[in-house]
Amino acid sequence: MPMQAPADEALIGRIARGDRLAMQVLFARHHVRVYRFVLRMLRDEMAAEDVIGEVFLDVWRQANRFEGRSAVSTWLIAIARFKALSLLRKRRDDGLDDETAEKIEEPSDDPELALAKLDKGEKLRQCLAALSREQREVIDLVYYHEKSVEEAAQIIGIPENTVKTRMFYARKKLGDLCRMAGIDRGWP
Amino acid sequence: MTLNDAARDPAQGGEPGDIEALLPWYVAGTLRRRDRQRVEDALRGDNEQARHIARQVELSREELAETIHLNETLGAPPPQAADRLMAAIDAETRAAHRRGAGAVAGWLTGFFANLPPRTLAVAASFAALAIALQAFMLVEAYTKPQGEPEQAAIESTHRSGTFAMVRFAQAASAAEITNFLHNYQAALVDGPTPGGLYRVRLAVTSLAKGELSRIIARMRQDHIVESAEPASEPVPAPEPDK
Repeated sequence: MPMQAPADEALIGRIARGDRLAMQVLFARHHVRVYRFVLRMLRDEMAAEDVIGEVFLDVWRQANRFEGRSAVSTWLIAIARFKALSLLRKRRDDGLDDETAEKIEEPSDDPELALAKLDKGEKLRQCLAALSREQREVIDLVYYHEKSVEEAAQIIGIPENTVKTRMFYARKKLGDLCRMAGIDRGWP
Repeated sequence: MTLNDAARDPAQGGEPGDIEALLPWYVAGTLRRRDRQRVEDALRGDNEQARHIARQVELSREELAETIHLNETLGAPPPQAADRLMAAIDAETRAAHRRGAGAVAGWLTGFFANLPPRTLAVAASFAALAIALQAFMLVEAYTKPQGEPEQAAIESTHRSGTFAMVRFAQAASAAEITNFLHNYQAALVDGPTPGGLYRVRLAVTSLAKGELSRIIARMRQDHIVESAEPASEPVPAPEPDK
């Protein structure tokens, strides 16, 4: 468990009692990571900014319902994920779905050529960015947000074994994309 | 355990091996002790399986490094995001107070409406008092977010300047801390640490050593301060400790 977890829980307790200072500290501590998680889902900075505002406003409203069953950071990401997915669903209903948004964000009409000009690290990052939303999500949760199998399962709302399998196939897809980009990682 | 059931060659397709599926968490350091031990046992051998697992660990480390790099280059929300959040919280608090005031007014109206006519004349003076009370509550709800400290600035963007690590007394209220920050024209930039310390920015510029010592000495005299020490600049991003 992260070292700061007890302090985060104490902050939530204070927020539940209406302590604005505790709210500011919690925001300062977590908003960048939550923002990056949402931004990777939405690929829209303004929308991601709006979502984190809503996430922390929810924390202010619902702090008294936090039961401490998970780390506060896990709770925050779970709320953020729910809100980001709702927004994606709304976009889909409005005719601007996730994949369309992704295409808008990546204007290169010849990604293969563009990838050839990059070094290995850059190519790998391009391939990471080219994964599907679900694949990006699990990779970010595990590698960047340092979530355990249980925590990732809790955030995504799927069984632990499914998290492991999804992570495996995300890595495998990454390997495929790398090979297409000219990086032979020897797997898959 | 064979290669097929522990670390099946994924090039052949199908489900991942049991150990192989754990490797990303092994590399990230978030595996349960028992599972970590299983991976380490699998790596220890001098056979095809151990070499395959070792290669996968290497690939996974590469992915981890680039995933972190990718996320770290995504930037951060603008500093106004914090202001907007606190403004939204203030607005919500004011709205809640208004609703509270409205409920009291409704109760008073009902109370007077149920009085018998003869008593009503006598109650007129009480009615006037009730109206005055309602007006007072509404004015107060609109103009003053009660029981709240003024907004203490937490600034995640100003990383340079002069800083102190401060531990506040347990009995210190949020309002007292807010006043304290206001008096010193200081801003809370991080905390609390596991030891209960807050990093406070005293100035956006680098203060002379003597000036800093004077401020720290004065802070230590404050009844809400348990300890205050000069501190270094904060780390580049307000990331949670792991």
